[in-house]
Amino acid sequence: MKDKAAYFGVFTALALIFSYIETLIPFSFGVPGIKLGLANLLTVILLYKRDAKEALLLSVVRIILSGFLFGNLFSIIYSLAGGILSLFVMAMLKKAGTFSVMGVSAAGGVSHNVGQLLVAMAVVETYRVGYYFPVLLAAGIVTGLLIGIVANEVLKRLKNI
Amino acid sequence: MRKNDWILIASVLIAAIAWLGIHFFRPPQDAGTVVVSIDGEEYGSWPLTENCTVEIEGTNRLLIEDGQADMAWADCPDQLCVRQKATTREGESIICLPNKVVVSIVDGREREVDAVTMHPCGQHIIITKAGGSFVHFMHCAAI
Repeated sequence: MKDKAAYFGVFTALALIFSYIETLIPFSFGVPGIKLGLANLLTVILLYKRDAKEALLLSVVRIILSGFLFGNLFSIIYSLAGGILSLFVMAMLKKAGTFSVMGVSAAGGVSHNVGQLLVAMAVVETYRVGYYFPVLLAAGIVTGLLIGIVANEVLKRLKNI
Repeated sequence: MRKNDWILIASVLIAAIAWLGIHFFRPPQDAGTVVVSIDGEEYGSWPLTENCTVEIEGTNRLLIEDGQADMAWADCPDQLCVRQKATTREGESIICLPNKVVVSIVDGREREVDAVTMHPCGQHIIITKAGGSFVHFMHCAAI
């Protein structure tokens, strides 16, 4: 593909915009740390339109850039852990071929939260995640599924890139 | 949506419910201590077994009753700590961010977290540990 760099730039810019939009809308699920993860929409789309390698690159670039723009070093570390684990799980499930975009995205949402929690547990050296863990699981399913439904609709309409 | 998608979603939700169930039915700690700290400084500790009312710096009122610690009143606008359910088990805590008040139940041997403060951006919670190192437990909603 000759326009690879241009397309990747567009995707990165869109992901950054989505990250920014998310800071403007207070999605409140009553639990701190839970959010929709709009930018992951781009990761899912790229995973299906291109491959896992490019999706991973987009994910890492987006997290580092938006971390410097809107977050800090700690938020970058947490997001990287979530993003990388999530992409690994999604790539595996996509490869298995028995899941739809919605299922893959839901699994990605769950593993994103699990990855972040694992790092948080390692940092504060506690195993008492208590009520927070099941809430994160359920939230990951809901947000991942929402992203998956949108990604599915976009993929149906998006010309091959 | 394919069949496998539903199986995946169902199994994660079942795992979440099972975890919640195990956590809920765990027997409560009966020899716990209620530790109150303000902005990282320990304010005082009270046994969970004795009923009493604790006035915290005039900003919060903590009720210890029947092995439960419950925030009964706070002068902050959001009232999140008051709405939070009573803590009964070791490791649980009630946090009032505006007043930097942390109520936690410990078993007397270890104290994991000393302070919880709010980052100026209003989205992080900073947890300070006994050793003095600080970590951001809840990531910023920005990413």
